[in-house]
Parts: sequence; structure tokens; C-alpha cells
Amino acid sequence: MMSRSFKNKLFKGAVHASAALTVLFLIFTIGYIFMRGLPHVSWKLISSQASYISNIIGIFPNIMNTLYIIGLTIAIALPLSIGAAIYLTEYTVDDASRMFARIIAFAMETLASIPSIIFGLVGMMIFTQLFGIKQGVLVGSLTLVMMILPTIIRTTQESLATVPQEWRQGALALGAGKWFMIRTIVLPSAARGIVAGVILAIGRIAGESAALLFTAGFGLVLHDFFRALTSSSASLTVALYVYASERGETDVAFAIAVILMAIVLALNTFTKLLTKFWGNENVSVNVSAEKAADEANRAASHLAGIGVCDRSKRPQPMVQR
Amino acid sequence: MEKSAKYIFLSCGIAAITFVVTISLYLVIAGIPAIREIGLADFLLGTTWQPTGSNPQFGIMPFISSSIFGTAGAIIIGVPVGILTAVYLAKIAKGKTASAIRTAVELLAGIPSVVYGLVGMIVLVPLVAGVFGLPSGATLAAAIIVLAIMILPTIISVSETALRAVPREYEEASLGLGATEIETYLFVSLPAARSGIITAIALGVGRAVGEAMAIIMVSGNVANMPSLFESVRFMTTAIVSEMSYAAVGSLHRDALVSIGLVLFIFIMILHGVMHLAVNGGFKKRS
Repeated sequence: MMSRSFKNKLFKGAVHASAALTVLFLIFTIGYIFMRGLPHVSWKLISSQASYISNIIGIFPNIMNTLYIIGLTIAIALPLSIGAAIYLTEYTVDDASRMFARIIAFAMETLASIPSIIFGLVGMMIFTQLFGIKQGVLVGSLTLVMMILPTIIRTTQESLATVPQEWRQGALALGAGKWFMIRTIVLPSAARGIVAGVILAIGRIAGESAALLFTAGFGLVLHDFFRALTSSSASLTVALYVYASERGETDVAFAIAVILMAIVLALNTFTKLLTKFWGNENVSVNVSAEKAADEANRAASHLAGIGVCDRSKRPQPMVQR
Repeated sequence: MEKSAKYIFLSCGIAAITFVVTISLYLVIAGIPAIREIGLADFLLGTTWQPTGSNPQFGIMPFISSSIFGTAGAIIIGVPVGILTAVYLAKIAKGKTASAIRTAVELLAGIPSVVYGLVGMIVLVPLVAGVFGLPSGATLAAAIIVLAIMILPTIISVSETALRAVPREYEEASLGLGATEIETYLFVSLPAARSGIITAIALGVGRAVGEAMAIIMVSGNVANMPSLFESVRFMTTAIVSEMSYAAVGSLHRDALVSIGLVLFIFIMILHGVMHLAVNGGFKKRS
């Protein structure tokens, strides 16, 4: 039998070894990508498009396609998910709406668990086969909207929930309508959470490939935004796949990998800076609002602070109903 | 204005539900005809996939079993490493070290799957071939290793959150009874965090089953019945590799959609099991 102290050492060793292994994987993966790819990232590669005739490979069209897809997807998904999140947190007041909110929450969980290849499959069948839209940025973006909706809804919901209840009550007590209250108090205070959700979503979109293969397509030609909507347009990730496994252009693939890694790093750093910059303002308000009188004061002063209670803009309390 | 605002928000919520309903319905509607034509038993249990021959056969058992074995392998390797790393992060690591590793894990989670596939294809595949003396390293084994690395971040971060939520008193009681720190973490904290850890494993399984692009680049992509050192094709990679040339309206293409339906059902079952396990776990504790 093993002695207890030996076992303890063994356990400790296993825990440390696992952590070391994880870090090692990461350092190796990132190090290798940059080592192989960085020498091949050149201005020429980034700024030109692929041409068989002059035998150059350029990924400028793919960079643009990735940007198009990010922009269009966010533009469609953001209003939709903010709206759904507002409904879930602000309008679930009676049993019927709470029941409905539970159904939405379940739908979101389900959406979040569906693999991206299935989004790609269904997106292709619905948008190109059923609706007859040609493969391109539009179909790709519509597919990704379905995919990232849960991400933005969840983060928005979380940040809406951190807005102190007293602020809402204060606004309502001062005569603001519900929509006015949401627009001027709740949404601005939840802005940071929404931004964080959007960054998360951008990261997912930039790294997505399986959902885009059959929806946005493999095209490597440069189009302007409106042409790209309905022309086969490969994103950076899809281009990486094409160059690596169909063309055998490993160097180009690694160069694209470096660019993708740089995007991930930039988004991560940006989120970190944002959290640091914004800090934990909400917490102090939450804790200090103890007495009812205090609450009312605070809400009123906050309203004044963000301009709701400016004499000129003050809502007319009695007219509202 | 007030009323219309409410209905606008309501319709946003409805849109979200519509997506889920559409996806499920459409997969079922589009997936069933091919299964009918081929026959459910022949489709699910058939071991030969030969969609374009003169006597086409559509058995997807090779894909289903490859997906199951690939996922199981990734879980066997990835879960212990992931959970132990989470124990290290949640209980042992301090200050700067912990936050550095946490940043690293976040980064690992953000790497796109095609990049994992690329590194796997260039580094891992030749390595597997060399170590095991195979003509080609593009095998199930290579796919398992890539999947194991890919599920690490999910497992680490979810388990770490669960471990942090374990009440401090449990650990103090264990330490007070004379257990060492490491014994406490492994035999008190981990079991106490089980519902979170089950969630972590289920999420890992979900990610592994649904992954397509990383493993298409390392698994060789031949419709063999799974064997560790042979080239295999998964449910996801079958769809990716053949969708682009299967003619619209052909049985071949419909069968690919049916594979999507089977994959979807797999994920939904997993989702249900996870719900049951987590809810059961919470009930036991309270």
C-alpha cells in the first residue's frame, strides 16, 4: 500500500502537471503559429487579391469579407437581441409573460448548444434553397445571426439585471413612462454589458468557419459590399481552410492564422481594458441604497445627472396616462 | 408609444423562438424523406457508405461510431487534465500565476477551430505517423488529441467556477478533521462541485461532437469503421466534405441532411441529460 504522504505528493504532482500541460499547449500553439506565420505576413499578402494569372496570393478580399460579415451580422443581431433581452428583464410582470420568458430562455439554451455545422446546413437550406438568395455575405450573416443571438441576449440580460431596481422605481415615480425609463435609465446603464456581449460575438463570428462554408461560400474574388451580399465570399477562416487543405499553401494558411490570432488577442485585450476602465460603479450604488429615502434621493440625483430631470426635458407627469 | 414598444420587444423574443422552431422543424422535414427511402435500420446501422457507386449504399454507422469514439477519447484525455487544472486555478494558484493561466485559458478558448486544424495537420499528423510508425498520421488518434485540447478551456473555466462556489466551511471542516489540503480539494471540494463539473463535461462533449473544421483537417476523412490508427470520418465532417458536390435533389444530398438530423438529435439528448443531471445534483445538495 502507498503511504499517505506519497499519495499526497502524487495528487499534488498530478494537479501541477495538468496545469503545466495546459500552459504548455497554449505556449506551443501560439508560439508555433506566430513562428510559422509571421514571416509570411506581408503588406502584399494583406493588400492584394489572389490571381491565377499573375500567380499571386492575396487575402485582401477575405479580410473584407470577414469585416462585411461581422458588420452585417451585428447590425441585424444587435437590435433583435437587445429587444428580446429588454422584454425578458423589463416586461415579464405577469404569469403569462413569465411563462413566455421561460420558453424564450429555453429556446436560447437550445440555440446555444447547436453545433455550427448544423447552422450552416439549415442556413443553406432555408436561405439559398427555400428563399432562393444566392450564396454570399447576406446568407452567411443571416445564418450567423441565429448563432450569436443567445450570446448577445444573455450578456445584455445580465447587465440589465445589474441596473439597480431603485433607479427604475425612481424614474417611474417621477412620472417617466416605461419605454422612456428603459431608454434613458436602463439601457445607458447597461451599455457596458452590451458592448462586452458584442465583443464576444465578434470573436465568435471572426473565428467561425463551419457555418459559413455553404452559406457565404468559397469565393476568393474581391467585391464591394453590395456585390458581396450575393456573391460567394470566403471569410478569413474559410480561406485558411481552402489554402491549407485544398491548395497545399501552408505558408499562406499560417499567415492567415496569425491574423486571426491577432484579432482574438486584440478583442481579449480590449475586453480587459474595458472592464478595468469601467470598474465596478454599480456595486457601490447597490450597497449604499439602504433606506427608502436614500433610494429616492439617489434615483432623483441620478436622473438629474444623466439629464432626464433637466427642466427643459422633464416629462410631464400627469399627461403620461 | 408605450404599447408599441412592448410589442416590438415581444416580437424580438418571438423571433428567437422562431429560429429554434424553424431549425428543428426544417431539419426534421428535410431529413426524414431520405431515411424513409433508405430505411431507418439500414441508414443508422449500415456500415457501408458509398453514395455515388452504381449500387449506392447509405449506412452511417461509421460516422456515428467515429463521432462517439472520438468524443469519448477526447473526454478521457481532456476531462482529467481540465478538472485538475481547474483545481489548481481555483484552490492552489495565487495572484499573478493564476491570472496569467486564466488569460491563457481564455486565449485557448478564442482560437478558431480552423487554426487548431491547421496546427494539428502540420504538427500532430506527422508526429502521430512518426511515433506509431504509420504510413499516414491522419487518424482517429490525431482527431482525439485535437478535440481533447479544444475542450480544455470549456472544462477548465466551468469547473473552476463550480469549485469556487463550494462553501468554504466544507473545506475547513475537512481540514479540521486532519485531511491535507490536496486531499480536501480532491475529495471534498470536487464532489461538492459535482453539478458544475457534470455541466462542464456535458459542454465538452457537446463541443467535441459538434466540431467539424478542426478534425476534418486531421482525421483523413475516409468512411471507415473507427479504429485508433485508421483514417475516419465523423458525422460533422461527412456533411462538410460531401455537401459541396452532392447534387441538389439527389438522395445523396438528402442523406447528408439526415446525418445533420441525427447529429441534432444527439445534441438534444445530451442537452436533456445535462439538464436532468444538473437539476438532480442541485436537489441532492439542498
